Amino acid sequence: MPHLLTRSLDRAAVSFVLVVAACGLLIPLSNLLLPTGSALQVPTYLVALWGKYVCYAILALSIDLIWGYCGILSLGHGAFFALGGYAMGMYLMRQIGARGVYGNPLLPDFMVFLNWPKLPWYWYGFDMFWFAALMVVLVPGLLAFCFGWLAFRSRVTGVYLSIITQAMTYALLLGFFRNDFGFGGNNGLTDFKDILGFNVQAEGTRAALFALSCLALILAFVICRAVVSSKLGKVLIAIRDAESRTRFLGYRVESYKLFVFTLSACMAGVAGALYVPQVGIINPSEFAPGNSIEAVIWVAVGGRGTLVGAALGAIVVNYAKTFFTSGALAPYWLFMLGAMFVLVTLLLPKGIVGTFNAWWEPFKTKRIEANAESAAREDGVSAPKLAE
Amino acid sequence: MNVMDARATSALLYLDGVHVSFDGFHAINNLSLTLAPGEMRAIIGPNGAGKTTMMDIITGKTKPDEGTVLFDGTTDLTRLDETRIAELGIGRKFQKPTVFESQSVEDNLLLALNVDHSVKGTLFWRGSRTEAERIDKVLETVRLKDVRRKLAGSLSHGQKQWLEIGMLLAQDPKLLLVDEPVAGMTDVETHQTAELLKAINKDHTVMVVEHDMTFVRELGVKVTCLHEGTVLAEGTIDQVSSNERVIEVYLGR
Repeated sequence: MPHLLTRSLDRAAVSFVLVVAACGLLIPLSNLLLPTGSALQVPTYLVALWGKYVCYAILALSIDLIWGYCGILSLGHGAFFALGGYAMGMYLMRQIGARGVYGNPLLPDFMVFLNWPKLPWYWYGFDMFWFAALMVVLVPGLLAFCFGWLAFRSRVTGVYLSIITQAMTYALLLGFFRNDFGFGGNNGLTDFKDILGFNVQAEGTRAALFALSCLALILAFVICRAVVSSKLGKVLIAIRDAESRTRFLGYRVESYKLFVFTLSACMAGVAGALYVPQVGIINPSEFAPGNSIEAVIWVAVGGRGTLVGAALGAIVVNYAKTFFTSGALAPYWLFMLGAMFVLVTLLLPKGIVGTFNAWWEPFKTKRIEANAESAAREDGVSAPKLAE
Repeated sequence: MNVMDARATSALLYLDGVHVSFDGFHAINNLSLTLAPGEMRAIIGPNGAGKTTMMDIITGKTKPDEGTVLFDGTTDLTRLDETRIAELGIGRKFQKPTVFESQSVEDNLLLALNVDHSVKGTLFWRGSRTEAERIDKVLETVRLKDVRRKLAGSLSHGQKQWLEIGMLLAQDPKLLLVDEPVAGMTDVETHQTAELLKAINKDHTVMVVEHDMTFVRELGVKVTCLHEGTVLAEGTIDQVSSNERVIEVYLGR
């Protein structure tokens, strides 16, 4: 195991982890410790907003893992994000208890409103945090596993796979819209009171959720790095570039795809679960196909196949979205998003980080070559032949 | 024929009465062919003779409509998929050189090594000295030692062909299927490739599909001429190229 970590954390990766860790510590501390109104104090609304971006960054990482490294373009990854969100939402609903509008200690408000006599079986267990946390990972993971098992075994690839992932998220959207589906229908789940006994609205809780999101981003990043810098990562790139060649070398391509697709869905689920308490609501619109496509755009803008770029892209695009949709330009945001995608595709096909890497490469190569000899000796893999 | 319980033939590769048609076009027609262990065989034939389709059948890419395809006397290849067939020890070099362009030359070879190919095995993989030595040996054989850290995509056409042969060597299969190894090569490179294949043949069974007659002559092995998906003639290059039917369909009279 340790060799997986040491190999995965190169200089760029360590810098990324440090930057995220610093944000995860300093922003909540500044919010809590500095007096309100001070120039350096981060207001609570910003902590919540940035926390949302961090969750999006985790979603972007999960998309980059499958799209950037294995060529699986999922246009339905928002579904896994939303499922993780719903699992967390269900826990938060059960925490409301008798404090709801109707004061029913067991049933969430919408069930009382719909005259449901008792809690549906699939809501059992969600009053326990550990169970909900398990479901956050398990439900998206299981759906991705079943979906991937069918799709990859039948060798559905490319645009056909993208289309059925869209269909999947759209089907879930329609399902969750229905009242009798048991997840609050159109309105979704909201009016949350507390999480693990802490008030969700409280500054301290928000700061803690932000720090946790940063921690999750770091973990997700390190897992992705470990995967892509292992030999498995090389196999994934081989599949992306020449799938049938990889098969003729004796690799079971569908198992590899299934592995990353499921892993990626679990990560998206965690992102959704952290997102819900910070925005205070989860409703079926999170399943909208447009959301998933937008997430793919973040990855393209930041730089596909770079991981850091995916996270950066999510933050940059969403910051732009917040900035432009809150001003006079609001009606034009979708046009701008479209233009951004077209421009990046035309002018920066490798995305922000990919372009930067290409420019930086000559400098980096020199350093690597200088280090190569000593590294090779420790590595034992690409060591020069000693017998000669 | 009951083939699953007893070794049916001493041949490493045994094709009998194989038929494949695509939308009514008979690509392979009653094709029968055997390859002895340790043999090198050259396959020639005009365009559309079914050479590549035959390789597709052997490697599991195409399933035949009827006929027997046996490997090592007992294994029915028509029931297996590409991955399983590769695991059994059949390696293939494609007509168009297919290497993993965005990865380094040595990583291409590392991917080809016949070690644990499971998801778990590759995730927790750590290099070993044996693997490094095998890669070094292959790099030396295919003369790519100086470019080992270069991206495969930046190699010349001839070097890519050699890298792909190197990948076959790293895979170390019992049977190598080599599709047009000298297409687009200079005369010198063609000669070197013939030498390389002869060296490989010392401990591998090889089937080479090639158009280049000089190259086939240089290999100096038994030649099979295919035409319209069936065997037209078999023998030495001189016998085959003096066969009237071969001259008629292939050498263009």
